[in-house]
Amino acid sequence: MIPEIGHFALILALAVALVQAIIPGMGLLCRRVDWMAVAKPAALLQFALVLTAYGILTYSFIVHDFSVLYAANTSNSELPLIYRISGVWGAHEGSLLLWVLILSAWTAILAMYSKHYPDDMAAGVISVLGFISIGFLLFSLFTSNPFIRHFPAPIDGGDLNPLLQDPVMAIHPPMLYMGYVGFAVPFAFAIVALVQGRLDTAWARWVRPWALTAWICLTGGITLGSWWAYYELGWGGWWFWDPVENASFMPWLTGTALIHSLAVTEKRHALRNWTILLAIICFSLSLLGTFLVRSGVLTSVHAFASDPTRGVFVLAFLGLVVGISLSLFAFRAWQLRTLTPFSLVSREMALLTNSVLLLVTMLTVLLGTLYPLILEALGGGKISVGPPYFSRVFIPLMIPVVFLVAVGSLIRWREDNISTLIKQLRTPAILAIVFASVLSLLLPGKASFTAWFALLLTFWVINSCFVQLQQRLRNSQSLLQGLRRTPRGWYGMILAHIGLGFTVVGIALSSVYSQEQDVHMVKGDTRTLGEYRFELVDVERITGPNYEADMGTIRIYKNDKELMTLQPEKRIYNVRKNIMTEAAIHSNLLRDLYVSLGEQRNPVTEAWSVRLYYKPFILWIWLGGLFMVLGGLLAVTDKRYRLEVKQEKIKLDVNHVTAS
Amino acid sequence: MSQPVDTQTSSEQQAKPKAKHWVYLLPLGLFAVLMVFFFFGLGLNPRLIPSPLIGQPTPVFSLPKLSNPEEMIQHTDFQGEVSLLNIWATWCTSCRQEHPVLMKIAQSKEVPIYGLYYKDVPALGIDWLQNYGDPYRDNAVDEDGKVGIEWGAYGTPETFLIDQNGIIRYKHVGPISWHDWETTLLPMITSLRNNNGV
Amino acid sequence: MASRFSCLCLLLFFITASPAEIAGFPFESETQEQRFRDLSSELRCLVCQNQSLADSNAGLAQDLRSELYEQVLTGNSNNQIISFMTERYGDFILYKPRFAMKTLLLWLTPILLFSVGIFCLIRFSKFRNQGQQTQVSEEELQRIRALLQAEEEKQ
Repeated sequence: MIPEIGHFALILALAVALVQAIIPGMGLLCRRVDWMAVAKPAALLQFALVLTAYGILTYSFIVHDFSVLYAANTSNSELPLIYRISGVWGAHEGSLLLWVLILSAWTAILAMYSKHYPDDMAAGVISVLGFISIGFLLFSLFTSNPFIRHFPAPIDGGDLNPLLQDPVMAIHPPMLYMGYVGFAVPFAFAIVALVQGRLDTAWARWVRPWALTAWICLTGGITLGSWWAYYELGWGGWWFWDPVENASFMPWLTGTALIHSLAVTEKRHALRNWTILLAIICFSLSLLGTFLVRSGVLTSVHAFASDPTRGVFVLAFLGLVVGISLSLFAFRAWQLRTLTPFSLVSREMALLTNSVLLLVTMLTVLLGTLYPLILEALGGGKISVGPPYFSRVFIPLMIPVVFLVAVGSLIRWREDNISTLIKQLRTPAILAIVFASVLSLLLPGKASFTAWFALLLTFWVINSCFVQLQQRLRNSQSLLQGLRRTPRGWYGMILAHIGLGFTVVGIALSSVYSQEQDVHMVKGDTRTLGEYRFELVDVERITGPNYEADMGTIRIYKNDKELMTLQPEKRIYNVRKNIMTEAAIHSNLLRDLYVSLGEQRNPVTEAWSVRLYYKPFILWIWLGGLFMVLGGLLAVTDKRYRLEVKQEKIKLDVNHVTAS
Repeated sequence: MSQPVDTQTSSEQQAKPKAKHWVYLLPLGLFAVLMVFFFFGLGLNPRLIPSPLIGQPTPVFSLPKLSNPEEMIQHTDFQGEVSLLNIWATWCTSCRQEHPVLMKIAQSKEVPIYGLYYKDVPALGIDWLQNYGDPYRDNAVDEDGKVGIEWGAYGTPETFLIDQNGIIRYKHVGPISWHDWETTLLPMITSLRNNNGV
Repeated sequence: MASRFSCLCLLLFFITASPAEIAGFPFESETQEQRFRDLSSELRCLVCQNQSLADSNAGLAQDLRSELYEQVLTGNSNNQIISFMTERYGDFILYKPRFAMKTLLLWLTPILLFSVGIFCLIRFSKFRNQGQQTQVSEEELQRIRALLQAEEEKQ
């Protein structure tokens, strides 16, 4: 009975979504305030209904109601409570419901804040989000209903994929979805601006926090996913250019371009079309990701069990949403052209250049991801495009981006004098060269140009941040006052840029200076990696809550002094019989020691296959991600977003004109 | 640009608003192309890897027979008649699923089936054939999987169709169903026989 | 900065010159080891489909690794090894697609996109500079007048 209530709630949510999409939308077009007023209650009601459905699905997981087919397939009576809750999004049907839930939650939050926006804008945005919600609810109800029951109920469930039985994996998908779905809000704002043919600086100010929030979630999600892959998959890799990773990275690249382009649109009323296009592309890529993951057109470690009907459905939906919005863009966007002047040497130009480069990078990643598919569709045979391709094209495209990060945040709006700019950047540049050279000489092993160059870029970015700080403080009486007066958004930007630098350094140094051994060891064997000596002390059989494992004990010595003991595991989960590697890692800011246990190679001698890694500075990759997230959080909580927007609108535009 | 150009500035400013409109259509156009590829992409099977061996002579090898390790089985044995080569092992669950179909094919006496017993212990294979029946004319034992690599094996079971000149004509990955046999393999075998391998 | 500096000094003593062991295979020289490492990370494991030979623990990947190891030790060139693999498994096994007619667009498009992007930026900025003095401020003013008017009407 209870699952049927969930199913019913989902059907009702679809009905409410129809109302939410159509009536305020018509109200916007026919200028009927009473129709627009439907938007807010409809959005809240839809959220309540989807939440009910989601709650009920979670309930059937918690109480082991295996008559619900989805729960029977993805849960198990041995599964710990936390993974029963996170298991709800452990497979296709539930993760889709989570997607719908997050979409309706964003819509509800927007509806709560709707007094900050003009009525027509709020109604329009909620209506567009309603249309998206209709698509996903239909998708859920007709192709992937999580409430389907089958009787008699199986005695036990098929268990959650062991790869997902991990605390990070429990939060990675919702975070990523919050990012994907979050970009629906800027998208909706963009569509309304196109429909109305009107876009002012206030528009950019409304959209910025939403875009930023989505970007924060996406950054966090990607960082967590990468970290998880690193410690869970057992071979020390952290990014594989897998189609599904690319599907999350492409919206991130575009989203990064979007938040910067929005800054220009808000501050200088320029690049309006560009911002709109980026907002559309960003959400389109989120939808594209859904298509790639759930249709099975590309092979991926992440792919959900593919089903042709689902593929056709998502493709049709993708075509409809993106097709309509790009058509709108094609026919309406030129009306929003701006002629705000700025020179070649200006912050506008620097930010525009970077967003163009980010878009070029995104298109390159898209090309690499889809090329095998395209070639095969054209009858050109089957090829693979993998990490060697992506790193060859991605890195050269990123170098100018990182270089311009420092320039873009220092240069003046509108027009700057090139010689003053060079003068400002001379000191950070020289210092960057000095720091990078000294550090790369201190680094062990062969001198590496890659390492030096990465250090150079990072110090270039960090040093320029100091120059900016110095400039900010120049006009204030005291240091403390100057620091206090600086808006949070500025600190956020600095933090995020420094984070980018950290990531660059982490990637470069860990890939240049990593050492590894993939060996067969018997008890008592030792192997040396750099100045560390690894000894396999023992391998024993242990029993976990829902798995059996071989646990190795590896002692690590440095200069013959015992440093630590790591215990990697090789688990076999009881239900699915999946073999999982649980690597044991000791991390600090300078290096990771990473040990993972493979299979037993020789039953007679009891030789085990063991992978030993020494990875310097690898933690900085995710530390950088963390800094970006923190920076984003600082920026999004900047108090200027909390100001009443309506009264600000006119004043800003007047200022703007007097300035030009 | 129909008028003669007066000054660069004015001509550009006049031309701009009109000339640039098509630019706004670009994203839509690109997206449309992408959609076409996605549509065709839905019909493709990403797990299927075409074999470069099609149209090539069988790889050179010589392996002991499963029934009698003293005797050898070689690539030249495939010459003279159309035959199938099935790569299998006892650890492979889909092979178990495929086995009855192979039995039925063997009973139809349309084509001899050779087996490549892949990365498995000979004794287990002998037991298997005794228990479930033996559809094979002969089995070559490839214990270390080296010959499997020569054949480009990546997922058992795999089945190759070899013509009377010892040229590989077709590869089927995964278990053969009776439907596959009737609609694909049998017609190919008949036509190869009729056309003498050409 | 100082603590990082001193820690980096410690790192100085890290690299050993002797070639390491990979996948249980001992190597005679560092070049061989490096070649094995490079090749095994550029070849795709066909069973698991999204792992390289270096990363995969699948049976086939192990067999292909030992094949690779033997060929590296025999002294076969990278090209020989790669054609050995593609003759048996097709181009699908290469993670780094060959530069050929059918991959021309794959390798050239990034350069093309980059150039188009930069070209457009330069064109765009020229246009900006021309419009700067007269036309723009006029249009802006009109726009803001309309806006102000609209706002007045609202109130």
